[in-house]
Amino acid sequence: MVALSDYLIFSAILFTLSMAGIFLNRKNVIILLMSIELMLLAVNTNLVAFSYFLNDISGQIFVFFILTVAAAEAAIGLAIIVLVFRNRKSINVDDLGSLKG
Amino acid sequence: MTFEQLIFYILAAIAVISSLMMISVNNPVKAALWLVLAFIATAGVWITAQAEFLGIVLILVYAGAVMVLFLFVVMMLDINLVKLKEGFIRYLPIGVLAALGIFALMYMVLGPNNFGMDVTGEPVRFDANHSNTTMIGLALYTVHVYAFILAAVLLLVGIVAAIALTIRRRPPHEVKYQNIDKQVKTQARDRFEMIKMQPVKEKPVENKKEEDE
Repeated sequence: MVALSDYLIFSAILFTLSMAGIFLNRKNVIILLMSIELMLLAVNTNLVAFSYFLNDISGQIFVFFILTVAAAEAAIGLAIIVLVFRNRKSINVDDLGSLKG
Repeated sequence: MTFEQLIFYILAAIAVISSLMMISVNNPVKAALWLVLAFIATAGVWITAQAEFLGIVLILVYAGAVMVLFLFVVMMLDINLVKLKEGFIRYLPIGVLAALGIFALMYMVLGPNNFGMDVTGEPVRFDANHSNTTMIGLALYTVHVYAFILAAVLLLVGIVAAIALTIRRRPPHEVKYQNIDKQVKTQARDRFEMIKMQPVKEKPVENKKEEDE
């Protein structure tokens, strides 16, 4: 039997790794988006594990909706990246500071 | 260690290692492929937690669609790979420090003291022919049906936004466009006109070939 704490620690490891990925890959917006996807995956793993241990299907419904929102977010984020690259010829985060006051 | 624990730890190790590779490789294409492996291993972890439907959906939607979209975008952009890794070493200490600190905090809360097997008790195990999909479907189409419709609208908005952002109208001297409005409004009498004229007999076409000979 796998304990609930195993699932939670696994998702905590995934979450911290993706957070470190956001820290480390400051130059590449695409890898930042991938790290955000991995964060959502870690959170979803929490919801699935609690749904399993509490024997309540609502957690899995939540995961379903989070997957939907994440798919839409990825599509729009990638569209924005394509647009930025078309205008600036770069996806470096440091080059994208024109909104800075 | 039971067989189930063995499977869980192997899948978890694959997911952790591949996400570690995802954040550390240089090439975005390789990063996307490592992320696909992490998604597949995590889908296996979900299946060990009796979330079979979501595990399959994760593989189909994420590994199948979203990551392919990522790969398409990565390959469409012509990125300078050397410049992308410039700050990696500089931010490495603070990144590792922040990750370790947050993980230590999470471990204190989520560790075996608070969520171990003796605290939570054993989960309910369903037998082999129990359908996870039916349970999700029952809850989704009754209690959460408005949220389900809203999710459909959200996906439509996503499609429209992505297309509206990336569509590019090139100037008409480069590309010819259809003007559908004009095409629909066209009527036959504007295009075709009957005129009256005297019949004219044309001169027969001379056979040039014979003349040359």
